[in-house]
Amino acid sequence: MNDPNTNDEKAVDLAAAFRDSHIQEVLDKLDRELIGLKPVKTRIRETAALLLVDRLRKQMNLSAGAPSLHMCFTGNPGTGKTTVALRMAEILHHLGYIRRPDVVSVTRDDLVGQYIGHTAPKTKEVLKKAMGGVLFIDEAYYLYKPENERDYGAESIEILLQIMENNRDDLVVILAGYKDRMDKFFQSNPGMSSRIAHHVDFPDYSPDELVSIAKLMLEKMQYAFSPDAATAFRDYIERRQSLPHFANARSVRNALDRARLRQANRLFATQLGEITKKQLMTLESDDIRASRVFKDGVADSA
Amino acid sequence: MMTNTGNRVTQGQFSFLPDLTDAQITAQIKYALKNKWAVSVEYTDDPHPRNTYWEMFGAPMFDLKDPAGILLEINNCRKTFPNHYIRVMAFDSKQGVESPSMSYLVNRPKNEPGFGLVRTEAEGRNIRYRISSYATDKPEGERYGK
Repeated sequence: MNDPNTNDEKAVDLAAAFRDSHIQEVLDKLDRELIGLKPVKTRIRETAALLLVDRLRKQMNLSAGAPSLHMCFTGNPGTGKTTVALRMAEILHHLGYIRRPDVVSVTRDDLVGQYIGHTAPKTKEVLKKAMGGVLFIDEAYYLYKPENERDYGAESIEILLQIMENNRDDLVVILAGYKDRMDKFFQSNPGMSSRIAHHVDFPDYSPDELVSIAKLMLEKMQYAFSPDAATAFRDYIERRQSLPHFANARSVRNALDRARLRQANRLFATQLGEITKKQLMTLESDDIRASRVFKDGVADSA
Repeated sequence: MMTNTGNRVTQGQFSFLPDLTDAQITAQIKYALKNKWAVSVEYTDDPHPRNTYWEMFGAPMFDLKDPAGILLEINNCRKTFPNHYIRVMAFDSKQGVESPSMSYLVNRPKNEPGFGLVRTEAEGRNIRYRISSYATDKPEGERYGK
């Protein structure tokens, strides 16, 4: 008797399953709200595909073990590591991998104690709070300080390693930091490196992407570039990128704040009498060209 | 009629039922967390029903949202004291309640020797009765064998 449950040729509709899972909505939302970040979006897309296939396997009574989802985000300052990590919990929860869409964001201070015996309970408390969701460890390399023998970071790493291995379906750990220092951290902690399944590098943004990011930020703040200002800003970015201490999206945000400052002062100086809503909302090219990047070729600040 | 024919101690909730599985314990903890109660783990090897103050295993766990962390502590306690009674309590701090609202056993010693009736003669040939656990005949720590 041809038992359909054991028949290898049994079929399920992949397209229908994809539609029903609403994964496309998640991916579209990500595309809209985060500019660039191609490797990140690719990895999320791949994870979503795996989830879908896992669900179909379960329907066919095949085993589907939860994959290891621990990740490491590396990249230069201002490339969106923390932002994406905070979004990751929402995405993973929507995809059904974690129970709660909550992130517990910690740095070394929250995990490591000041005296012997202090570290283990401190780390365990943080882990208990984060269970079911995502634990985001920013600047993870500070956990390990080989030069200082009295440092208790190694104890915290050990507890983390154990939980990362044994409670894979309860907790997702995301580390983040600058690439060279994370590489050194992983070299001295091979256990940690082997437990991280996804190493994602955040590339620097291109000038076009930075202008789009600026426009998105302005939209949120309810400002807008005038057409001249948009070209001036692109000019600004291209010059600023070559100067030292460029922090990608963070530099863009700071530049926009300074532009708003100049706009406010310009309105004060030149506008006597009534001001229209449009004038309050628009950044003109003067507000951008007044920057020291144009005049002296030096950065205003980061 | 004996309602408890074995020697299983019946203190707290669910004590007349077979031992709770980890999945059932997780469900109970989830219920406690949903009600915003603080969950704590306690152990003892003295099974007398009037022994209400058991030893605490770690501090009570406030402000948690997921049962997985608490299950970790329970399993830790089971590993440290495999032959003790271990119970999970949930404390309701709402004004007017301010007392434990849940308490159930999650671990028992393998052999529970049960209780005996002790008769004491008082003045005038009156008899005072009390129950005494056979386990407490031995000193603390040696009551249930290795």
